[in-house]
Amino acid sequence: MIDVLYFAWVRERIGLPKEKIETSAATVAALVEELKAREERYEAAFADLSALRVAVDQELTDFDAPLAGAREVAFFPPMTGG
Amino acid sequence: MSDQGGLRSGLRVVVQEAPFDFGAEAERFAAGRTDLGAVVTFTGVVRDVAGGLEGMEIEHYPGMTEKALTEIASEAQARWSLGEVLVIHRYGKMAAGDRIMMVATASAHRQHAFEAAEYLMDYLKSRAPFWKKESAGGDQSWVAAKDEDEAALDRW
Repeated sequence: MIDVLYFAWVRERIGLPKEKIETSAATVAALVEELKAREERYEAAFADLSALRVAVDQELTDFDAPLAGAREVAFFPPMTGG
Repeated sequence: MSDQGGLRSGLRVVVQEAPFDFGAEAERFAAGRTDLGAVVTFTGVVRDVAGGLEGMEIEHYPGMTEKALTEIASEAQARWSLGEVLVIHRYGKMAAGDRIMMVATASAHRQHAFEAAEYLMDYLKSRAPFWKKESAGGDQSWVAAKDEDEAALDRW
């Protein structure tokens, strides 16, 4: 089980901030493919990965990052702090 | 506290919903440090770009936000000779003119304090997990990240 978090418009498009996912995906990209296959709202949220950023265990990383041992994955648009 | 190039170095990172008192923070920052001749402060304010902004809401990633800001500030401490570093960033609902965040840097000389403050701003704009949503004319829209904010990181 892994905690999957969504922020900003990704959260709005998927319709929830956080969920637990049973997955054996080896990478973030593989997890994204599993989610997209679930329902149309995931397909819509993950349509353009270049518009998304990902953090694994609260560290920014890439979509090809491995998920082995990860507790938390978060998807969000590019950040707008400051 | 750590030892930075001979300077005693302090770091404070605050993430909060409530407004902060800029005057009091600036007054308190590096107070009593007679070895620091330069203090730089920067404040980010909610801007009404097109007119008619009804409000702004900032979402963040609790846990990662504090971690990311601390990492960015620690990197600034490693790159410049800083006596003190302060980062305060708000989340939640704000109105035009409200202070969103501030950074303060203190060093023996101004060049380090200025450069470190700019570095902190460049990084926390696009590497700290905050997202701004604006309300205007009854509509809400997420503020898009700017290419130049990403490009600004290249100079470091």
